[in-house]
Amino acid sequence: MRFTRMTATGIALLALAMPAMAETLKWGASRDISSLDPYSYGDSFALGVLNHVYEGLVRYDRNLKLEPALATSWEIISPTTWRFHLRDGVKFHNGAEFTAEDVQASLKRASDPKSPLRGNIPAYKGSHVVDAHTIDIDVSANYPLLLNDLTTIYIFDAGWLKDNGAEAPTDVGAGTEGYATYHENGTGPFKVESRQPDAKTVFTRFDGWWDKPQHNIDRIEFTPIASNATRVAALLAGDIDFTDQAPVQDIPRLQGSSQVKVLEGTDLRTVMIGFSQRDQLIDGKPNLMKDIRVRQAMQIAIDLDLINKKVMRGKSRNAGALVAPQIPGYDAALDTPMKADPEKAKELLKAANADGFTFNFNCADTLVNEEQVCQAVASMWSRVGLKPQLDQGTRAVQTPKRSSGKVDVYTLGWATLPMLDTYSLTSQVLHTKEGSFGIFNWGGWSDKEFDKVTEASAVELDQAKRLAMEAQSLKIAKEHVLMIPLHQQPLAWATNSKIKDFPLFSDNLPRLWLVKM
Amino acid sequence: MLAFLVKRVGNAILVMLTVAFFAFLIFRFLGDPVELMVNESATQVERDELRARLGLNDSFLAQYVRFVGHAAQGEFGLSWRNQQSVATLIAERFPATFELVIIATLLSLLIGIPLGVFTAIGRGRWWAESLQLSSIVGVSLPSFFVGIILILVFSVSLGWLPGYGRGEVVKLGWWSTGLLTASGRAALVLPALSLSLFQITLVMRLVRAEMLETLRADFIKFARARGVKHRALWFRHALKNCLMPVITLTAMQVGNLIAFALVTETVFQWPGMGMLFMQAVTFVDIPVMAAYLCIVSFIFVTLNTLVDIAYAVIDPRLRAA
Amino acid sequence: MTIVEQTAKKPARITPSWISRLRETDLWWSFWHHPSAVIAAALLLLLVASAFFAPWIVVQNPYDLASLDLLNAEIPPIWMDGGQWRFLIGTDTQGRDLLSAVLYGSRASIIIGAASVAVSLVVGSVLGLIAGYYGKWADSLLMRAGDVLLSMPTMLIAILVSALARQALPASLREIGASAVIVFAISLSAWVQYARTVRALTLVERNKEYVQAARLIRVPTWRILVKHILPNTTTPLLVTATLNFGLGILIEATLSFLGVGMPPEQPSLGTLIRIGNQYLFSGQWWIVLFPGLQLCLLVVSINVLGDWLRDALNPKLR
Repeated sequence: MRFTRMTATGIALLALAMPAMAETLKWGASRDISSLDPYSYGDSFALGVLNHVYEGLVRYDRNLKLEPALATSWEIISPTTWRFHLRDGVKFHNGAEFTAEDVQASLKRASDPKSPLRGNIPAYKGSHVVDAHTIDIDVSANYPLLLNDLTTIYIFDAGWLKDNGAEAPTDVGAGTEGYATYHENGTGPFKVESRQPDAKTVFTRFDGWWDKPQHNIDRIEFTPIASNATRVAALLAGDIDFTDQAPVQDIPRLQGSSQVKVLEGTDLRTVMIGFSQRDQLIDGKPNLMKDIRVRQAMQIAIDLDLINKKVMRGKSRNAGALVAPQIPGYDAALDTPMKADPEKAKELLKAANADGFTFNFNCADTLVNEEQVCQAVASMWSRVGLKPQLDQGTRAVQTPKRSSGKVDVYTLGWATLPMLDTYSLTSQVLHTKEGSFGIFNWGGWSDKEFDKVTEASAVELDQAKRLAMEAQSLKIAKEHVLMIPLHQQPLAWATNSKIKDFPLFSDNLPRLWLVKM
Repeated sequence: MLAFLVKRVGNAILVMLTVAFFAFLIFRFLGDPVELMVNESATQVERDELRARLGLNDSFLAQYVRFVGHAAQGEFGLSWRNQQSVATLIAERFPATFELVIIATLLSLLIGIPLGVFTAIGRGRWWAESLQLSSIVGVSLPSFFVGIILILVFSVSLGWLPGYGRGEVVKLGWWSTGLLTASGRAALVLPALSLSLFQITLVMRLVRAEMLETLRADFIKFARARGVKHRALWFRHALKNCLMPVITLTAMQVGNLIAFALVTETVFQWPGMGMLFMQAVTFVDIPVMAAYLCIVSFIFVTLNTLVDIAYAVIDPRLRAA
Repeated sequence: MTIVEQTAKKPARITPSWISRLRETDLWWSFWHHPSAVIAAALLLLLVASAFFAPWIVVQNPYDLASLDLLNAEIPPIWMDGGQWRFLIGTDTQGRDLLSAVLYGSRASIIIGAASVAVSLVVGSVLGLIAGYYGKWADSLLMRAGDVLLSMPTMLIAILVSALARQALPASLREIGASAVIVFAISLSAWVQYARTVRALTLVERNKEYVQAARLIRVPTWRILVKHILPNTTTPLLVTATLNFGLGILIEATLSFLGVGMPPEQPSLGTLIRIGNQYLFSGQWWIVLFPGLQLCLLVVSINVLGDWLRDALNPKLR
């Protein structure tokens, strides 16, 4: 009897001791984040990683629906003013109390002329502190997507920014480092313990987090491993527990291992090909792609099924529409992938007098197997008598050429992040390039009717009407063959099979605070 | 001697100024930082403002003077990619590259010298000749291919050694070392081996050539006639005589090893200066590229100058040169 | 200085019966008594011939995008399951016949290696002659320039130049430009070695009596340089050139592997290895292995020949 009780006590003690065992999750990422300062680049991946440390007023939940985070509720008090009620009892990692002052300082920092994140809150005008836990945000017009925008405007501690001279974003031109580049003070579920750029960044659990943790992770070791083969080897050897980039060609091998679990899905990112619509190509020759028959020929010359099968190993989803089905504004009626018809493509080219048409094809390196996709597309075009000149380079090399219009044909991957709405595509990619519209309209095309519908959708507060307008924009784009949609990228994460619950997110951003080891 | 010293150091400074000029040309005329730094949705006005703030509108001369002035103080501005001071970035990576290069150098001496001695002693025998022939293979193998094969065999297939990163590192002040932990030492093996392969064959061939030459020298012939034992001859006299050239070669090769390390570091994901440089190349992060060029050249020039001066101290005849 | 004088042999005149003359030389004798040199020469001959006759040997032009069919992607070598006779050693991820790609890639490597040697040899010799013969400011300028270039490691210069040139080059020029850029990037620091050799020998020859005599009878300077001084430099230059040929091929491969060399639609051996490296795990090992082996064979055979040549031409080892 006594013995049993002792044993029972022992077991109970053991059970008590169990949760105290430190759970470390080793994350092998395909690249490093460039800075600890979330306002240093408008880069979705870095913002996703830093979301473990910093938080916004609202966030996306397990199903990518908006939910309250540092704000508990909000209301629209006038067409151009939103009122946010802030959460009580939230503490920063240094112990400071979270108040409306912090929100104001953060918005000021994010909207600073020097801030690269400025484009993420295009409608922001200003803010007033109402009381310690209430703040009003002014927007330029009726603007239905403010909450979506605020998901990536992470909140800094105003006092900490002031004490460390980091109230403004880091100015590279001034030649001095920003304090926030190396240090952090967020409200998020994890703190940064140490960071060696390109080698390892260690995050540890923040015990004072306001939310009830669903995760049981004490420590995250974030290691960038750029080489696909090395990352896969590390995963198989158990050196890392998780990677957010399992190369599609290695999935069968990973699935064959009992050590590893592969999480597959479809990314929100739609890969497409765009055309220059200027009168001349970059080499000065006439631009035959202004003729819709040439664009149609280029579209049906591409065998989506073959690319899906060979390059993407059957893991991508062939696309007919320019946005993924999950994105508000998607219209299933538009989503019929084009069937390949090389013979008809040749006829169309002949009819348009574009046989042997030579053009520059600008490709970067950020999409899944982009190099291979581009070569495959270039080869398919060559087979119908076109002469693409492939120009492949890293994103940093290609972006200046693209944004200055020095491209004839180019690839583009658009996930509508962080907005998660078709408006992101229609306003940034397809709208005429003017003001804050059409920044990614690299082909320089312009359609009055399209612009009108798109602008109208921006100020329409009725959700159903707004989505119908967005679908209308997409329909115009499809009729004109403004872009050739190829596919939604495959999304493949891989974890060590000992991890119990690891939710997959189609925006390709891991949210480890929802992970159970 | 003083005149020689002044001349040699002056020459080195001149070389460095020219290298800095090239670095500046790269810095100034290639790559457009603005497109990289602004948010993708920035307007033209914002781009122009940034350009002005970066001082890209100043005159050529003003920018050059500013560049050299800062470079002399080890100040290369901020990296365009991650907004950190380039000097800090390089200082952080330096220990990783330094340890890799030092271990590779040690390996090359520890393996290369004995092999060189053996091939010299056994000249004409099949084993020495085949060793000598295989050393040519060592010089000819592309180091990235060797790295890939090493990873494939020892890391992927056998799972004996890690194929990426530095393992656990220990901080000693600003220095970080992987030599004090087991995982750090394990991580060092494959990259050091892959980096040293070329150097091993170089040392081996040099030792062989020097040994053969010395063994033909008169004093060795006399010693042999006097009945000095072979082993004593080889190791006490002949080997001692060729150590100086080996040390010279090693010192002058350190710069080359640092440069070659960038291939090894890329293959093994070794977080050193080379990987920093290659990433800078991919991101067109010009300040980092310019700084790396200056720093590697500085190490190179310093070592060469020191070797020259050391030689002049030992052999006064060279001072005239 | 003694070594230099010994090396300075009178050049062999090339006459119609040069083959029979060649047969009488020490070099010829030495060659046939070094099996490694014979094997290396035979191998190199085979590699070069197969690379240059590639269009008549292989089934497709791997640089012609229209000849690629994605349907044929990743076919394994013939001895494995699923191998096809058309593609003896398999295909790459684009359906490119790997044998064709390897042979065309070797051709690119050989041409780039040879061109970089030719460019740096010519530039280096001319500058070395000028520096050695005229001396004064031309000499110090050229030698300082050499110092500067040699103070930056060759590989580093090559990477910087190719990376930056790719950035600056207009897209339409890239197809032709890529190999020219690599040749330039390699030659930029390689010429110094030739220039220094030629300069040192020129300094010695310049003061010899026959040159003084030629000057007295007013032989034009260029004639003295080309007819009398340059021939003395052929032996050391030959050795350097052979070894640099191998080095040039290695640098090109490294640049392409790092992604700053030949573009993927005109793959060289280094490019093929870079692409194949991404597929190392998925079972397509042949995309890395065959280009890698070809590269090793090529450079090893060149270096074995160069090594033999150096020993054979070194009077001290005779």
